[in-house]
Amino acid sequence: MNPSVDALRATFGNAIGRALESCGDTIVYVGRDALLDVMAWLRDTPGHTYDYLVDVTAVEYRDRERPLEVVYGLRSLSRRADLRVKVELDSQGDLTVDSVVPLWRGADWLEREVYDMFGITFRGHPDLRRILMWETYAEGYPLRKDFPLRGRFSRAEQVRQALAASPEAHYSLEELSIADAYEELPADMKERLRRGTRGELPDSE
Amino acid sequence: MKRVLETKHVSGQSPNYLLAKFQDLVDWAVNASRANSLWPMPFGTACCAIEFMATAASRYDFARFGMERQAFSPRQADVLICAGRLPFKLASVIRRIYDQMPQPKWVISMGACASTGGIFDNYAMVQGIDTIVPVDVYVPGCPPRPEGLLYGVLLLHKKIKGESLFDHVPRREEQPLDDRGLRLPPEQIDEISEPFGNSVHQFRSA
Amino acid sequence: MSKRTVEVELATPGVGPRGETLRVPLGVAQQPDLAAEHMLINIGPQHPATHGVLRLVVELDGETVVRVIPHLGYLHSGFEKLGEYRHYNQIIPLTDRTDYLSPMANNVGFALAAEQLMGIAITPRCTVLRVIACEMSRIISHMVWLGTTSIDLGAFTPFLWAFQERERIYNLQEMWTGARLTTSVTRVGGMMADVPDDFVAGLRHFTQTFPKTLSEIDRVLTRNAVWVGRTQGVGVLTAAEAINHSLSGPMLRASGVAYDVRKDKPYLDYETYDFDVVVGEHGDVYDRYLVRLEECSQSNRILQQALDRLPDGPINIADPRVILPPKSRAMNDMEAMIYHFKQVMEGVKAPVGEAYVGIENPKGELGTYLVSDGTAKPVRWRIRPPSFINLSALPHMAAGHLLSDLIAINASVDIVMGEVDR
Repeated sequence: MNPSVDALRATFGNAIGRALESCGDTIVYVGRDALLDVMAWLRDTPGHTYDYLVDVTAVEYRDRERPLEVVYGLRSLSRRADLRVKVELDSQGDLTVDSVVPLWRGADWLEREVYDMFGITFRGHPDLRRILMWETYAEGYPLRKDFPLRGRFSRAEQVRQALAASPEAHYSLEELSIADAYEELPADMKERLRRGTRGELPDSE
Repeated sequence: MKRVLETKHVSGQSPNYLLAKFQDLVDWAVNASRANSLWPMPFGTACCAIEFMATAASRYDFARFGMERQAFSPRQADVLICAGRLPFKLASVIRRIYDQMPQPKWVISMGACASTGGIFDNYAMVQGIDTIVPVDVYVPGCPPRPEGLLYGVLLLHKKIKGESLFDHVPRREEQPLDDRGLRLPPEQIDEISEPFGNSVHQFRSA
Repeated sequence: MSKRTVEVELATPGVGPRGETLRVPLGVAQQPDLAAEHMLINIGPQHPATHGVLRLVVELDGETVVRVIPHLGYLHSGFEKLGEYRHYNQIIPLTDRTDYLSPMANNVGFALAAEQLMGIAITPRCTVLRVIACEMSRIISHMVWLGTTSIDLGAFTPFLWAFQERERIYNLQEMWTGARLTTSVTRVGGMMADVPDDFVAGLRHFTQTFPKTLSEIDRVLTRNAVWVGRTQGVGVLTAAEAINHSLSGPMLRASGVAYDVRKDKPYLDYETYDFDVVVGEHGDVYDRYLVRLEECSQSNRILQQALDRLPDGPINIADPRVILPPKSRAMNDMEAMIYHFKQVMEGVKAPVGEAYVGIENPKGELGTYLVSDGTAKPVRWRIRPPSFINLSALPHMAAGHLLSDLIAINASVDIVMGEVDR
């Protein structure tokens, strides 16, 4: 077991959940509210110095009762040590967790991908938009277990929506300013960017 | 001139032997020049693009078949080679590129993914680019070997050489999307995109 | 500073009502104040210099890049979702197609993760064969990078040389696996096939002649004034920035961080091979080129050592629950047939748990994170995509450079869109 776990428990107390070992890696569960503090502590405390963020991802289990997990892979380059930090989120409840972009710039696209694929919102992320699917993608979050492999729409509807997309979308200063000032955009534009006209569900009889 | 020739043909006069010979000669000259100096527009997306590059590079060198100049601008291209899988996000892009190409234009669908969706029978992938653009030659393989692509190019040569400027049916005309925004009727797209082979069984996770 | 789009009306010659030719003057009614305007350039998704279907929207002030916004996902193929519907061995053909410039190394990365999940120790011959597979992949991947980047920067000859070397490796790969590109060479617990008889001699011949090509490329590029001028001091990342951006592989090492998974978290007995970790100094495009070029010769060294030590013996472990029985036994022996049936129909079951294995791919650290709930299909197959994460530093690197430098910087990241978008 990684000695950092005991140090974490001594510092953060109840915010640290269970810890276990799987295939040689130590996994420690952290409460959602303490995540940013724990990560900053792990990165900056001498003797731990997990200065390298390997990966950010999420896991949803086939068992519907189990919560979603957001998984952070941490590594200390100087000490050659790994630690995996997990945050549990109730899949029916609020899927929000603090962003670690203030600590690691490398988390930027990784968190966007998790948002895109699982619908988990990262509070404090500078530019939380879909990254792999297009912004008006209406079928849902592909890596969630309730998402069917072939998508929710019929193939013809998928082709229609794909062809209706403008290849020149994003090619405007509006788009560029989103990164800077998404929060200040008028509500209707935010709504339009979020949903768009071609992202409507097909008429069901 | 075209109209005069057609009326003569339709009005049932005895076939003009010299005119027919002349038409053949024109077709032969036009088709030979078209087929032997195809300018490909490489729409390379994935693995097949690497084999496409290998076909263009030292050993296989498709310049031998008149494809010396690769047109990276669709406006100066004759044949669109879709090399690699095509996700839905890229569908409008390939359609736009196809529309930008001037007639006469041909399409080679290189590889299993471009032709049928391949192993990617999932939410992200177009199940065959023929649901989006008309395709002239399908090259099977995952990815096809350079020889396979060259064979496809030679087949395309053959097809071009069979076309006629004076015939209505094979004459190449723009086929814009219909008012639904689709190239084919929706039922046909659904039918083309149905799972087949092994992927029929892949509905179930665990 | 105003940030409006410059809308330039195109001159469209037409015919007026009296038959005279019309000429619409270029530009809008008000002459834009060019000094204060920012211009938008769209590069991609279909553009020869973006190395795939990457799309960059670039905001320019004159010719200087103010901001780059990459748009990804044009090759999103849903690998990770597909993996949840496949047995572990069925996922291996998918790994070929993520980073299709180094398919063999991806196969190895996935197999190692699945084996760690299942607690399988592979045979000595298999270990060495996998090292050979990884290093061959590194060479061909760096060769593609070298060829395409030199085209981007205006040198065509190295492209032809690089692809000639690739064809030689392709021949070896084809000899071994039957496929040039999509190799699927590993299986959980072993390999798809042992190397054929001529393979060792062929690869040894390659390792003896490959350095000549490398030195030719070195002679043409390394002190070439155009090459040096376009790469040195461009796209600099300091070591601290590189770590903060989670970069890996040659990108990280070019910035001076001596981190190589092969040395620091060894897998496949890499610690027993004699090779150097190549580290850059300035973190610019030129150093990335030097690092990759030198890594090719280090890979060549590893290949030679691996060939020298290649032991005899089986390539697969002796566990009938994991490895398919030979065809002759499956047809004649009842027990072997049952194992065969169970593996094909049900798949190899993994115990409950999760495993992360990172390997040093040509692009960087390729991580495979597998979560199992005890069934034959993983709950989650996560690829840590090195070039996706390396690319995320592009906006930071390119800001303030010229537009032409953006092409060099983008090329130096060594992206492969199949892996970036997955």
